[in-house]
Amino acid sequence: MQWQIEILLYIILIVAALSALGIRNLLAAVVILNIFSFMSASIMVSMGAIDVAFTEAVVGAGAVGVFNILAILRTSRKSLD
Amino acid sequence: MRIIGLLIVIAFGSLLRYGVFFFPEWGDPASPPSLHVSPHYIEEAIAETAVPNLVTAVLADYRGYDTMFETTVIFAAGLACFMLLRVLQRQVPECRLYRHIPTGITLRIEKGGKLPTESGSFERIDSNWVPHDLIIKSTSRFITPFLQIFALYVIAHGHHSPGGGFQGGVILGAAVIMYAISYDLRRSIQRIGEQATAVLGSAGVLIYAGTGALCMVLGAAFLDYGALAGLLGVDPVMARSHGMLIVEIGVGIAVSAVMVWIYYNLSSAGRHDEGL
Repeated sequence: MQWQIEILLYIILIVAALSALGIRNLLAAVVILNIFSFMSASIMVSMGAIDVAFTEAVVGAGAVGVFNILAILRTSRKSLD
Repeated sequence: MRIIGLLIVIAFGSLLRYGVFFFPEWGDPASPPSLHVSPHYIEEAIAETAVPNLVTAVLADYRGYDTMFETTVIFAAGLACFMLLRVLQRQVPECRLYRHIPTGITLRIEKGGKLPTESGSFERIDSNWVPHDLIIKSTSRFITPFLQIFALYVIAHGHHSPGGGFQGGVILGAAVIMYAISYDLRRSIQRIGEQATAVLGSAGVLIYAGTGALCMVLGAAFLDYGALAGLLGVDPVMARSHGMLIVEIGVGIAVSAVMVWIYYNLSSAGRHDEGL
């Protein structure tokens, strides 16, 4: 059962990474990037690295999202390219 | 231009993928680190440091030098945000918005107008972001103490379960950030000022480096916590565990203060007046 879940996590990870690159709305890109971080944290849990997963969940899916949203608030919400 | 960029990305991506073939297999028992470094940690860590969580033992004791400079890097990040963003001269904004609390009417006062006193029935609000939601305010008020206690637990219990100074520090900083988002920035700055965050950030790094220097004063190597046994009144093995706790507390203080410091500078574009 475990490897099916891992494959699913990897698929969500790759889809999230590609759509974060492609999307024009930067706020949506930040949310998708948080999904990416959360998925990589889940993959680290499945590999048994709980400490690293904890750090990734707290920093990647929490703090970095807040800082990115602040940067968007102070600049523009649409990507130029 | 896009095609050139895509080609460069594909070329370097396949180069990286090619490099991965030379890595040892994941969990390979014959790879160089698994031959002598990891077995030593796994077999001896509990006997040498009395810390059940191997990750913390490696992070804060065996590789303590590394972690000290990681903390320094985080402090330097906070300092860089301060240097780049902070506007030190006070500018009077074009207009200020106030809310009359009993009626909910918003007042707009132009530059030079007479400002109402903060106490009493007037409350200053931001021009671009007006958080005025009873549910969000009450929920954040309710959650904050639990969040802070959980952060302290993560810092203090990092030896025995996953966690440690970095994670706990970020959660502790996030509690303050949540307060600032759900109320406003000025109220948060009244509670924890900018100077407090700067002083606490450097104090955390100082606790870490000072513990290492104290070990040197007591005649051992830098960050060899076994030397603290006499001061703490325990045997050298237990002293390494306690030394790790002291160091983790330093990391937690530094990380939480720097998180809040970066938040203050980023959210208000360095003015510390109006912000998210």
